[in-house]
Amino acid sequence: MLDIVGKRYWFFLLSLIIIIPGLVGLALWGLPLAIDFTGGSLLEVRFDAGQRPPSADIVELYRDLEVSDPLAQAAGDHDVVIRSRTIDEDQQAAILEAMEQRFSSQVEVLRFESVGPSVGAEVAERAAMAVGLATLGILGYITLAFRHVDHAFRYGVAAILAMLHDVAVVLGVEAFLGHFLGWEVDALFLTALLTVIGFSVHDSIVVFDRIRENDTVYRRLSYEKLVNHSIVQTLDRSINTQLTVALTLLALLLLGGVTTRHFVTILLIGVFSGTYSSIFNAAPLLVVWENKEWRNWFRRRSSASAA
Amino acid sequence: MTQRYRPWQIALMFLVVAIAVYLVLPSDPGIHLGPVQREVKVVRGLDLQGGLRVLLEADLPPEIEVSAEQMQLARNIVENRVNALGVTEPVVQVAGSRRILVELPGVEDQQQAIDTVQETGLLEFVEIDVANPTLTLALQGEEIRTDWEYQQAGLPTPTPRPTNTATATADPSEPTPAATSGATPASDEGAPLLHTVMTGSALRSAQVSQDPTGELVVSFELTEEGSQIFGEYTTDNVGGFLAIVLDKQVISVPQITVPITSGNGSISGNFSLEEANQLAVQLRYGSLPVPLEVVEIKSVGPTLGQDSLQKSAVAGVVGLLVVMAFMALYYRLPGLLADAALLIYAVITFAVFKLIPVTLTLPGIAGFVLSIGVAVDANVLIFERLKEELRAGKSLTQAIDLGFSRAWPSIRDSNFSTLITCLILYWFGSTFGASIVQGFSLTLAIGVVVSLFTAITITRLFLHLTLDRIELSSHRRWFGL
Repeated sequence: MLDIVGKRYWFFLLSLIIIIPGLVGLALWGLPLAIDFTGGSLLEVRFDAGQRPPSADIVELYRDLEVSDPLAQAAGDHDVVIRSRTIDEDQQAAILEAMEQRFSSQVEVLRFESVGPSVGAEVAERAAMAVGLATLGILGYITLAFRHVDHAFRYGVAAILAMLHDVAVVLGVEAFLGHFLGWEVDALFLTALLTVIGFSVHDSIVVFDRIRENDTVYRRLSYEKLVNHSIVQTLDRSINTQLTVALTLLALLLLGGVTTRHFVTILLIGVFSGTYSSIFNAAPLLVVWENKEWRNWFRRRSSASAA
Repeated sequence: MTQRYRPWQIALMFLVVAIAVYLVLPSDPGIHLGPVQREVKVVRGLDLQGGLRVLLEADLPPEIEVSAEQMQLARNIVENRVNALGVTEPVVQVAGSRRILVELPGVEDQQQAIDTVQETGLLEFVEIDVANPTLTLALQGEEIRTDWEYQQAGLPTPTPRPTNTATATADPSEPTPAATSGATPASDEGAPLLHTVMTGSALRSAQVSQDPTGELVVSFELTEEGSQIFGEYTTDNVGGFLAIVLDKQVISVPQITVPITSGNGSISGNFSLEEANQLAVQLRYGSLPVPLEVVEIKSVGPTLGQDSLQKSAVAGVVGLLVVMAFMALYYRLPGLLADAALLIYAVITFAVFKLIPVTLTLPGIAGFVLSIGVAVDANVLIFERLKEELRAGKSLTQAIDLGFSRAWPSIRDSNFSTLITCLILYWFGSTFGASIVQGFSLTLAIGVVVSLFTAITITRLFLHLTLDRIELSSHRRWFGL
């Protein structure tokens, strides 16, 4: 039988190899926040075929109209996305008129967003609260659902740790995506993150449920073997479910519109991480806790450095 | 062999599916059952059909409390204005404690729409005939007609009438005599046309204060232009009445006791604190109980919306087909049955969307597609257990029942945790009017609930219906064993 629990520290190491660079990136570059959080304006326009001006010209046009902090980015074949300080609809109309004149093209507004700074701050605050509440709710529910098992609380904590693992993975990846591709953290990103949290716990519970069931069946098995047995028994399910969710998300990613691309990418990464963490982190963590292995960590490390 | 299902279960399943199919029909037949008459159709969000979304916020310092009633009142007023725009299915709702969300699908003239939503209401100071004091008192709360629009358009007032009041009008060049209710022939609408001396734009500020005797008054300050007009008018009309009119409704009729030439005046009238406050607020902000400012504008052009709708629909269908193919290939016969259950799942979920109705947005569709994955997961859990039980030598019927009962706790607990997240997401979305977040969590939650139902009832019924009479030993390959 596959020995997953026995190799647990290798899997923890693999997680760290993914997470640490992500966190370093996060610390170095931070997360590029969308206007949902910072306030500002976003204008997406479509020009006639072949008439799209270079981004620099659009930035100059904004400067001429005294709109500060313009940032223009080409999108698709004929579209341009321009971010700037908050502008109102009068300024927007003026910009469109100037564009049509200067670039001699019809300009169609695909999207216009303008967010005041106060909303942004509140969204960020609420989001933090939402994550906190979700954590508490899930912790409470798991403790309740596993109340007949010894140390029910541990299962909740292990699920939350695996969940934090996934949050760290997603945030780290987002830091890289933001730095290299210019993807921004918006309200949709938050939604994706919260969904990942839900799915991560979903996966952990399926494995835990098997431990809960086996606990009454295999009384004489050591806890470590019991957990490993449960993981292997649910492995087919974990992989298949992961596959079906990944397939639907891939369909959305490849065929869905640009608007949801970022959202779906984050979900895909997060859901994958969720499956990984439930198999290789959450359940093995229970064994670490059962054996109170942290008492040996220091010794092990010192012997390793001596070798 | 005992029968593991009842005929009524089959009948019920067919009934549910038939109703769902009927509701999903693209012709949108609606519900017509005696007293229940309802249209049933897909409500598309702004991102799918294009339109304008405006978030308004009470423009007051954060330490000033805004009551729920005030926000509700403001919402109703904004809704009235929005309705005047003639937009189909506008959404106007209070979001959180200080915000109002306005969604206007398919709006073409964005600027006009925002102006309409934001306008403060027309405040007018209207001349009242001094000869008719009883009428003045009766005026309070009444709707009247004024000549302001005619003045604006530069037109003469429609019914010429004798001048019986000293006129000091805003625009002396215009023949705008004051109206007297008694002497004037009734106009076409039956109500007299009264003369507007000036409008709210002449006001600089207004607040509640106390006069030397301790009585509550509403004091106000006028702009330079306003003080001039008001000064002239009050000098000529001491003892006369001046009606304060908001959107053609008389809110107060104070008497002119002294000429007000300094640009600072006050209105007294045995006010309670509440009344005084209300009047001051109305003078300041027009008809809205709280001043509103636009804090967020999002608009999606119709091109982008149409494009997104088509792409996500294609993605949804492809996603469903790929998953169905996977299930059939991996789980063989049970997989095919699950596919049938999955189709029923999709139909029922969509029927629920149309019935509630859920506003479908792009993230909403993503939530729906994701819930397909959840629905499949329930089936996968069951089938894995089914296989295990079969390998352990159980008979098919036993294995089906055991597969379900053993898989159920994990299906229940895992889905519950997803529902908890959905609930929190929904709350998160509702506090600042992020309908995209709400749409996503709502569709995902509905998907999870429906998937629980179909996995437990329909997949199971299908399995028993088709498999109970099959000899396992001769068909092991059907089950991927």
